[in-house]
Amino acid sequence: MSKVLKEQIDNMEMLCQDVFKMTIKSEYVAANALPGQFVNVKCGGIDALLRRPISICDVDKAKNTFDIVFQIKGNGTEKLCHKCAGDVDIMAPLGNPFLIDDKYKNICVVGGGIGTFPLLYLLKSSKAENKTALLGFRTKAAVVLENQFRAAAQNVEIATDDGTYGSKAFVTDLLEQRILELSKLGQKLDLIYTCGPTPMMRKVAAIAEKNNIACQVSMEQRMGCGIGACLVCACKTKQGEDEWGFSHVCKDGPVFWSTDVCWE
Amino acid sequence: MNKVDLSVKIAGIDFKNPLIMASGTYGFGKEYSEYVDLNELGGISVKGLTLKERKGNPPPRIAETPAGILNSVGLQNPGVDAFIKDDLPFLKQYKTKIIANIAGNTIEEYCEMAEILGSSEIDAIELNVSCPNVKAGCLAFGTTPKGIEEITSNVKKYCKQPLIVKLTPNVSDIKSIAMAAEAAGADCISLINTILGLAIDIHKKRPILANNFGGMSGPAVKPIALRMVYEAAQAVKIPVIGMGGISTSDDAIEFLLAGASAVMVGTANFVNPLCPIEIKEGIEQYLKRYNYNSIYDIIGKLELN
Repeated sequence: MSKVLKEQIDNMEMLCQDVFKMTIKSEYVAANALPGQFVNVKCGGIDALLRRPISICDVDKAKNTFDIVFQIKGNGTEKLCHKCAGDVDIMAPLGNPFLIDDKYKNICVVGGGIGTFPLLYLLKSSKAENKTALLGFRTKAAVVLENQFRAAAQNVEIATDDGTYGSKAFVTDLLEQRILELSKLGQKLDLIYTCGPTPMMRKVAAIAEKNNIACQVSMEQRMGCGIGACLVCACKTKQGEDEWGFSHVCKDGPVFWSTDVCWE
Repeated sequence: MNKVDLSVKIAGIDFKNPLIMASGTYGFGKEYSEYVDLNELGGISVKGLTLKERKGNPPPRIAETPAGILNSVGLQNPGVDAFIKDDLPFLKQYKTKIIANIAGNTIEEYCEMAEILGSSEIDAIELNVSCPNVKAGCLAFGTTPKGIEEITSNVKKYCKQPLIVKLTPNVSDIKSIAMAAEAAGADCISLINTILGLAIDIHKKRPILANNFGGMSGPAVKPIALRMVYEAAQAVKIPVIGMGGISTSDDAIEFLLAGASAVMVGTANFVNPLCPIEIKEGIEQYLKRYNYNSIYDIIGKLELN
């Protein structure tokens, strides 16, 4: 169950240009948040009326804190990045989380840009035997949280669009390579999790389907209420045979099975 | 100090307080019940219902604008029968009044829904002739006195519960529309529905909403809503439910002073699920401060300069 909470900001850190990590002290969220869930943050001011949905990047249960990492995209996040202390008004934790199950022994996360952030807490929470993180960024200066990912997964590979760091490739190319390498060893990924730009996730979903690997996607859409009442954050999904309908990213998602999403 | 009485009777229905949740912003109550005791609310107007299930418009369905939002959900709902079977029983657990908001493509559809709802446990019907986000019907009925009169008089014949007619602000003369609804037998009018608007993504050179235009709500629309509620309340004898940008008790009191017997809260719930409770408490404090005993002491008490 989620709650409306006023919690204290514990720390604020700029990770790279326009990307900030806010650490929030919250016993409730630290105890209840699951990987893939998000918080709906009041950024303040009547000109940033709606709360902003931001995914949970990490949780420290011992310290009763959690991290959100966000990029300045507009009015709301611009306001939020200036909050360094005091309290913050949140609704949390919200949304359908990633599935974590011991039966998936060999997992791989595929993240693009700001979509990489929710995958960190997922990797840290998963007890899979073999964990791979494939992370794509625009350029070297945008690569963040690399050490944290290296601590949370056995294999971490990074791609940049301009080749200034890691491989000059798309992160989806890394996924195809990884699947190929594993098949040479007679191994197979059991589950792929992905979050990032829609074209990237569509490609990841297609690769997963082609290779018969289960895949979970974390979708994004402009939200209103964040709890499933206003129905604005629609995502076209398959519902029964040959049927489709609009599910809602805030409550039915953000995490869906890739095969349930109608990729158009 | 004496306890103040917030109860209000509208079209024969006893609302325990004048706080009603606006259609389309509160779903069927379930989601908000995790945050708010629904027993504390005067009423809930449910998500707009149609005769058959509607999938709604493609996303994006929302755009934020200064102090407001544009939406174009397009009446996504499970249909009136599914609502009665699957959603109404949940709502009826609570001591709050349930208003069924209905929308259709034809007058016949509205009449059929009114008839179906007649044998359900809802407390009132809100005729949605003002949704700007669907292609056929709906808004078309609401923009002329003749259109309002025709649909209201027809639907009224099938209504077993009181009929509230929800008016659109997208008209040149709200008074004549309000009077037409009254003349045709409406028990109450509610206004305003959203104002038709547009938001553009300057980088893509396209509207942000997939449906291009959307309905505007939120604090930015309040002065327009307030003026229209005042004009409508002056023009009719039936009660008026006011809405449009209400997010604080001061906002709500303005609407009550302007002539609304009750208010609806919509967009503000997205920002603060507890706002209906805070508004209720704020109205109570206001009444106490000026030594009023009842909400009726302020309804319509605006004096023009």
